Amino acid sequence: MTEKKKIATRESYGNALVELGKKYEDVVVLDADLAGATKTGTFLKAFPERHIDCGIAECNMMGIAAGLSTTGKVPFASTFAMFAAGRAFEQIRNSIGYPHLNVKIGATHAGISVGEDGATHQCNEDIALMRTIPGMVIVNPADDIEARAAVEAAYEHQGPVYLRFGRLAVPVINDRDDYKFELGKGIVLREGKDLAIIATGLCVSRALEAAEQLAADGIEARVINIHTIKPLDEELVVEAAEETQKVVTVEEHSVIGGLGSAVAEVLGEQYPVRMMRIGIQDVFGESGPAEKLLEKYGLDAESIYGKVKAFLKKEA
Amino acid sequence: MEKAKLTKIANEIRKGIVTEVYEAKSGHPGGSLSAAELFAYLYFEEMNIDPKDPKNPDRDRFVLSKGHTAPGFYAALANRGYFPVEDLKTFRHIGSYLQGHPDMKHTPGVDMSSGSLGQGISAAVGMALSAKMSQKSYRVYTLLGDGEIQEGQVWEAAMFAGYRKLDNLVVIVDNNGLQIDGRIENVCSPYPIDEKWKAFHFHVINVADGNDLEQLDAAFSEVRQIKGKPTAIIMKTVKGKGVSFMENKAGWHGKAPNDEEYEQAMAELEKAGEGE
Repeated sequence: MTEKKKIATRESYGNALVELGKKYEDVVVLDADLAGATKTGTFLKAFPERHIDCGIAECNMMGIAAGLSTTGKVPFASTFAMFAAGRAFEQIRNSIGYPHLNVKIGATHAGISVGEDGATHQCNEDIALMRTIPGMVIVNPADDIEARAAVEAAYEHQGPVYLRFGRLAVPVINDRDDYKFELGKGIVLREGKDLAIIATGLCVSRALEAAEQLAADGIEARVINIHTIKPLDEELVVEAAEETQKVVTVEEHSVIGGLGSAVAEVLGEQYPVRMMRIGIQDVFGESGPAEKLLEKYGLDAESIYGKVKAFLKKEA
Repeated sequence: MEKAKLTKIANEIRKGIVTEVYEAKSGHPGGSLSAAELFAYLYFEEMNIDPKDPKNPDRDRFVLSKGHTAPGFYAALANRGYFPVEDLKTFRHIGSYLQGHPDMKHTPGVDMSSGSLGQGISAAVGMALSAKMSQKSYRVYTLLGDGEIQEGQVWEAAMFAGYRKLDNLVVIVDNNGLQIDGRIENVCSPYPIDEKWKAFHFHVINVADGNDLEQLDAAFSEVRQIKGKPTAIIMKTVKGKGVSFMENKAGWHGKAPNDEEYEQAMAELEKAGEGE
């Protein structure tokens, strides 16, 4: 296998914002002293008059974004996932979600792949928090192509959108002509009848690798990329359960409240099958290189392969 | 300013407040009554608004950061013609567009949903910033409680507005001196309030009696002269003003009158109205 090109989705966010800024006058970008890290510095350089640095004050930033949106601007409020979904949860809930304002939240540095900064900055709870807000759309793109498409789709969508990006460079997997991004629509990346692996974000490429290893053992796994966690593509999830009878979810997020929970909720009501949720197992992260952390917390391809094998053995 | 007219309107707003919380059997009369003159002044004298065109992009904006005083806000909007005064009786009832705290999605004239303290001012700052970015001349007013300024977000917003020199922003602090748990200086004192806003690069106007329309008129005339700075009007008021047994009582922060109290309150307000 040739080495795939790797780009962090936060880079994609910054680049996509510049493209958006060129096309639409109403796009404004807000930061909380992290423009260098969220990669919105590119937008600041291209459109300094439309970039607003709020300083280290995320709660106020969300409120300012809300106010800007009431006047017709389309703000992209950017900070780390921890400080967006975490610190400013209630501002997002009450000042953006409740009035259903057209604010886009660009949350970078999600998950444990933040790496060396450690547990205080590794947000494994943001999807769970954002899912509880009525009307909130949540997108967790898998690669550069998907991330840029998601930014464009978020702009076109009327209402609040939570965009989840990573710090770690991840392989480009959607570089094919028939790739199409549609909010709320999952993508089947690999066909298979033995089980379905439903993954999101940076776990998608790892799930694909694990599926290849499983195929070598004669196990055909269907791999589904769920980039939009809310609204969830329920039809695709239920269809996968009906056709494979076994569902594994993989996410760089707590197994409580994220993709695994969303899938379990749908299947529990519509088509119960045996499930396994791979993710952060209700623990805090720690400092270390991102790839090493993903290994330690069981989110590398090898770990996913091993867990799926054990799951199937238990099933047999 | 037509003082007699505004005095009458402030009294009508007070009747609306008492009616709303009485009919709802809940709500916040104290901090609504203390700001009755301010609501009257903003909606009948100061702001460039049109009830027939509540979404006009060039209109002045108002954000009730102390959202729990919605009864006063709604009474002002109703009297100004945004919706029927009769509808005030539906306040806090199931299915009503008059929610316990302001809801911009369902109430004509409400520019921002609010109620969680400390958040409204940030939205107001965003609106003021937007005007500057788009070279628009509208102004943004936001009313905060003196207890509310204990919220850290207020000072995040103040720092931003002062730094950005948003001279189209007017912050009004209703210094009625009482919060739910008692006197503000006994709970967690925000004093000196004026010095704090000055330190955040606001032009500060102290109004000795915010229930005096002439003093409000003087303050808002001064605001118009200020360039290159946002303004904070710190107005000393009486919580529960206009209803004798509610005045200066923290207990009337969030309590509805019973039948007898309602009758007495309305009788006092009727009498005040006749006296003009």
